[in-house]
Amino acid sequence: MVDLNVNIGHLKLQNPVMTASGTFGYGLEFDDFIDVNLLGGIIVKGTTLEPREGNAYPRMAETPMGMLNAVGLQNKGIDHFITDIYPKIQKYTTQLIVNVSGSNIEDYLTVVEKLNELDRIPAIELNISCPNVKSGGMAFGTSCSSAAEITKAVRSTYKKTLIVKLSPNVTNITEIAKTVEAEGADAVSLINTLLGMAVSIKTRKPLLSTVTGGLSGPCVKPIALRMVWQVFNAVKIPIIGLGGIMNANDALEFILCGATAIQVGTANFIDPRISIKIIEGIKEYLQSNKINSISEFRGSLILK
Amino acid sequence: MHKKHIEDFIVLLNEKLNEDTFLLLLKHPHKLPEINAGQFAEVLVEDSPLTFLRRPLSIHDVDYKNNTLSLLIKKLGKGTKKLSELKPDNFLNLIFPLGNSFTLLNNEKVLLTGGGCGIAPLLYLSRKLNEKGCDVHILLAAKTASDIVRLKTYENYGKLYFTTEDNSLGEKGLIIQHSLFKNLSVFKKIYTCGPERMMQAVARLAANNEIPCEVSLENTMACGIGACLCCVTETKTGNKCVCVDGPVFNTKDLKW
Ligand SMILES: Cc1cc2nc3c(=O)[nH]c(=O)nc-3n(C[C@H](O)[C@H](O)[C@H](O)COP(=O)(O)OP(=O)(O)OC[C@H]3O[C@@H](n4cnc5c(N)ncnc54)[C@H](O)[C@@H]3O)c2cc1C
Ligand SMILES: Cc1cc2nc3c(=O)[nH]c(=O)nc-3n(C[C@H](O)[C@H](O)[C@H](O)COP(=O)(O)O)c2cc1C
Ligand code: FES
Repeated sequence: MVDLNVNIGHLKLQNPVMTASGTFGYGLEFDDFIDVNLLGGIIVKGTTLEPREGNAYPRMAETPMGMLNAVGLQNKGIDHFITDIYPKIQKYTTQLIVNVSGSNIEDYLTVVEKLNELDRIPAIELNISCPNVKSGGMAFGTSCSSAAEITKAVRSTYKKTLIVKLSPNVTNITEIAKTVEAEGADAVSLINTLLGMAVSIKTRKPLLSTVTGGLSGPCVKPIALRMVWQVFNAVKIPIIGLGGIMNANDALEFILCGATAIQVGTANFIDPRISIKIIEGIKEYLQSNKINSISEFRGSLILK
Repeated sequence: MHKKHIEDFIVLLNEKLNEDTFLLLLKHPHKLPEINAGQFAEVLVEDSPLTFLRRPLSIHDVDYKNNTLSLLIKKLGKGTKKLSELKPDNFLNLIFPLGNSFTLLNNEKVLLTGGGCGIAPLLYLSRKLNEKGCDVHILLAAKTASDIVRLKTYENYGKLYFTTEDNSLGEKGLIIQHSLFKNLSVFKKIYTCGPERMMQAVARLAANNEIPCEVSLENTMACGIGACLCCVTETKTGNKCVCVDGPVFNTKDLKW
């Protein structure tokens, strides 16, 4: 048997495959299709202090090999999560990670403090990279000083595993990664969506109500892979790679470039069983190449 | 709610009904699970590099005896065009049955109205209502007579009426100009699907006559299973997902 276990901070994953925030609901939406407990972990929907209605419809536009979204963090708020969702997802034995968003540091801290009390949530993913909200969101993730400030503030109160999710909409992602590492993040996940746009020459209107939105899917994979590789060469903390992973081959490419774990996002919409197929595919690859463990394979890219 | 399935169906038939409408008859390899009127499927369009996402399509009819279901599709763009090229024995992957369903009445007089590909879910609905002893009246609207397809099949389950803009079939004009709308109060419920403006006009007249009206919305979707929150419509109680809280809504709940 190959060893698929990986560690992210204090977090132990039975395999490196997780599902990305905003693309997997609370896991419950996928119960009809897969055994969610076979996953390494699930990252639940972006959660904010107050309930948010999100942006107006249309919030989605298909693009070649991908899609733009402008959901805008629609969620019912942290208190609703605690009273209504948390009891339902406690049935899962897989690792449950909450993606946290906010428009100011106080909001982030209040949410994080509430999550700290929940036994079954061993980690949070700090979303400082959402391109679809007016204030906060990506603004925290696109300058080193604000990324440092928010990471430091959260680290000072949150003792469990802290993952910071990085924005690709920056000139140099390694600078941001180094900054959040220095402020005590246990891991970084990358990438969130790329800021994009789609219009119609028929109506002369944008396809999204917000004009711009976040691009995801296979069209972003080369960028995500490049960023994972750059960050792998810049920090010591584990990297969770994502962006356009559609199959086991893609997932292995991220791990080859240094990712300790990966997340499956938009691919869940095309095939709700894909995350499990990816775990199987990774296992088969390691077995047929006589590699004993996934950590042995990690970052083993041959340059010359 | 029914369990959702993901399954490769076998194409039995791809029948061209007019210039841009076609009917797919699909066979489930095993026993077809229960499907309610108004539910839809997310259909995977394969070998089509520019259509990345699945396409939501209403379930047009269901045959449990033969384990088949059918889709009535209008060629709109790249995805539906690709589907129109399917041949018998090809496979088609569906996630189904998705969404809520129309609420059925027993032994009442009801009106079903639709235009465009909006008529797709009305067939299975008319059959279900017919089984429940309803007096079913179906009003189909189009630009011209050749746009109206599957006439004979609808006829099995209710009394048919038409409007065409060029006066080639039924009454001339738009759907709400039909004489049925002059005496709406004889109906206990109105069901409508089609272009949004048409549905809104029908809903307004239904509201004026205090008749409950259910619509089936066709918002664009990414996942179809409530995971992405891309397909929302504004309701009086906040944004709701068309794919799980709909596609069928009572118009009094919508912010129209
Ligand atoms: C629940 C539901 C049930 C549906 N049932 C049926 C059905 O039974 N039969 C049927 O023919 N169609 C149905 N539709 C609509 C169908 O999903 C779209 O026509 C199809 O996805 C278009 O794909 P395409 O690749 O051909 O077009 P694309 O190439 O993606 O688009 C072509 C053009 O159509 C526009 N467009 C695409 N989708 C929609 C949409 N949903 N609403 C308005 N404009 C759109 C695009 O903006 C573009 O301008 C349904 C939609 C929903 C949400
Ligand atoms: C519809 C949708 C909603 C998303 N919501 C969130 C979110 O709430 N928080 C977050 O950090 N990322 C969110 N993302 C970004 C994804 O988690 C992921 O970073 C991105 O889509 C790239 O991965 P992919 O190409 O595999 O989808 C969302 C993406 C999509 C498509
Ligand atoms: S299409 Fe994803 S939630 Fe409705």
